[in-house]
Amino acid sequence: MEKFAKHHGIVVPLDRHNVDTDAIIPKQFLKSIKRTGFGQHLFDEWRYHDHGEPGMDPATRRKNPDFVLNHPRYEGASILLGRHNFGCGSSREHAVWALTDHGIRVVIAPSFAEIFFHNCHKNGLLPIVLDEEIVERLFNEVMENHGYRLLVDLPSQKIILPNDEEIEFEIDPFRKHCHIHGLDDIGLTLEHAAEISAFEEKHRQAAPWLYDTPHQ
Amino acid sequence: MSGKTLYDKLWESHLVRQDDDGTALIYIDRHLVHEVTSPQAFEGLRMAGRKPWRTDSILAVPDHNVPTTDRSAGIADPISRLQVETLDQNCADLGITEFLMNDPRQGIVHVIGPEQGATLPGMTVVCGDSHTSTHGAFGALAFGIGTSDVEHVLATQCLILKKSKNLEIRVEGELAAGVSAKDVVLAIIGRIGTAGGTGCAIEFTGSAIQQLSMEGRMTVCNMAIEAGARAGMVAVDDTTIEYLRDRPYAPASEHREQAVASWRDLHSDSDAVFDETVILNAAAIQPQVTWGTSPEMVTSIDGVVPNPNDETDSVRREGMRNALAYMGLEPGTPISDIRPDHVFIGSCTNARIEDLRAAAAAIRGRKVDPGIKQALVVPGSGLVKRQAEAEGLDRVFTEAGFEWREPGCSMCLAMNADRLAPGDRCASTSNRNFEGRQGQGGRTHLVSPAMAAAAAVHGHFADVRQEQD
Ligand code: SF4
Repeated sequence: MEKFAKHHGIVVPLDRHNVDTDAIIPKQFLKSIKRTGFGQHLFDEWRYHDHGEPGMDPATRRKNPDFVLNHPRYEGASILLGRHNFGCGSSREHAVWALTDHGIRVVIAPSFAEIFFHNCHKNGLLPIVLDEEIVERLFNEVMENHGYRLLVDLPSQKIILPNDEEIEFEIDPFRKHCHIHGLDDIGLTLEHAAEISAFEEKHRQAAPWLYDTPHQ
Repeated sequence: MSGKTLYDKLWESHLVRQDDDGTALIYIDRHLVHEVTSPQAFEGLRMAGRKPWRTDSILAVPDHNVPTTDRSAGIADPISRLQVETLDQNCADLGITEFLMNDPRQGIVHVIGPEQGATLPGMTVVCGDSHTSTHGAFGALAFGIGTSDVEHVLATQCLILKKSKNLEIRVEGELAAGVSAKDVVLAIIGRIGTAGGTGCAIEFTGSAIQQLSMEGRMTVCNMAIEAGARAGMVAVDDTTIEYLRDRPYAPASEHREQAVASWRDLHSDSDAVFDETVILNAAAIQPQVTWGTSPEMVTSIDGVVPNPNDETDSVRREGMRNALAYMGLEPGTPISDIRPDHVFIGSCTNARIEDLRAAAAAIRGRKVDPGIKQALVVPGSGLVKRQAEAEGLDRVFTEAGFEWREPGCSMCLAMNADRLAPGDRCASTSNRNFEGRQGQGGRTHLVSPAMAAAAAVHGHFADVRQEQD
């Protein structure tokens, strides 16, 4: 996974509660067996007026000029500002792949849906929870200032505003460590393989039926 | 020291190790796999040169993409076909048990797990699908995971987790005739909201839950995720143990007694302390219908579409306005005046035999209203379909004007050919009414199977309680 230390980027505001993963990446794009190429279909049904299907050339499509990602002032944005319960709904990790493939590195919201939150951490996308009042204030500042950028400093757990003001944020220490070093969970877990095997043996003795082979 | 909750017990019995900051490694007993969220996980495993830790813990089935019409010619859509073939190939290469598309046991992953007895009390069950919470109905700890975690479980048989909080939702009393498990869970979500269970494992308790069949408990746990909780569960009792008797994956006879004895302990201790408890009165729950684009936007059959102007919170008000615009509904409209164009009876929420029986009973020799363009019944599995046919339910449906289909996810998420056209309105027994969920521009109203069937024969939403005499 990509390492994350500091990131300075344009902020795009998505002013809706309960943005669900079906909206982030509609299901017709889940048929892919790859991890890449989802970015052009990020928020497909909001971003385009025509119906999207896999393999379409984005240049030929009818964009919805009202959708925030299509506003020229947010072009190249890499920090997404959202509302409550961001990423609710289906567990599809494709939602995170679509965001990262589009170039989003950070999502800021007052709350996240749990599976989405975990999926972010596993894919180098940093989800940051801030108080509702602070999020509200950031929404106001983004709307009022063209080219509004934030500096996200993960090692010191701070977001630095354009006026140099600093906002602190919380992150699980283990997740922080993984982001900074770009670590893969599986490798870390397999360092405990002997412990897992020992547990498995004990578990098998306590509940042998869990290891029965099916009888028809 | 206070007693333990069911969730505490399940957590502790699967804890491999825990760091000081609470990060834990939890052992996984059952891994269910389907075609949509697994290809990238198998690819990742192969690219890293890793092998599955325990293939006998895995049961795979294609369900999301499969056609629900005649399958003898295979899958027409080349992209869907490739995804299903990729699953077949991965399972064949690694020696993983898979129920292939034409196997009579094929069906929606959350229907076949319990049906086979592959979901057992006391297990940890995961699947790359958020509705894995369904399996918690068996006193199991079951939750959905993303594709990276699918790969993690394949490689290590474990997940990295932090313990959730304990939320008890107690439903006490008797449900009125015609009010089902689906109405209970919609009423719960209406009460606590779609983020009400975030960060929690929910245990559903109370006399109304205990009186539910396993099918009903699965319906309730299925939608725990729509209340924001990753896991929902119900304590083990005689109903659970009876349901599992003689299922193919249930404990072999030499282990059965020992298994049942240990299952008897799978309930919260009487002195267990929950972080929070919410209590509902079962008798007050009415048949529910959603009117918006989130499961919490729900009211009862004798209610009306609410007015956003009555909402004081500005963001919520805006959310309601957007939802009503999308749904094409005016505030103040009686729910019973809403006329669906489609009726969909299916999904992992409501496509088990009991659901089909309830829907068939609500039809009772009547015909689908001419205003309905399409009425579909999609059984949850091949075995449910067979059972329903043995009971003659298929004829009740087809004679009324329903289509009787092959099992799969179908119009729950419209990844196959079954989908709504823009502006179409659907009475659906599935679990999500998000924008575009059943087809771009499609408008979904979530209801119970009996309510969906009643809407089909009346041409508008109707109170099933008035039909019970
Ligand atoms: S029936 Fe619907 S909710 Fe259930 S697994 Fe299939 S797509 Fe998901």
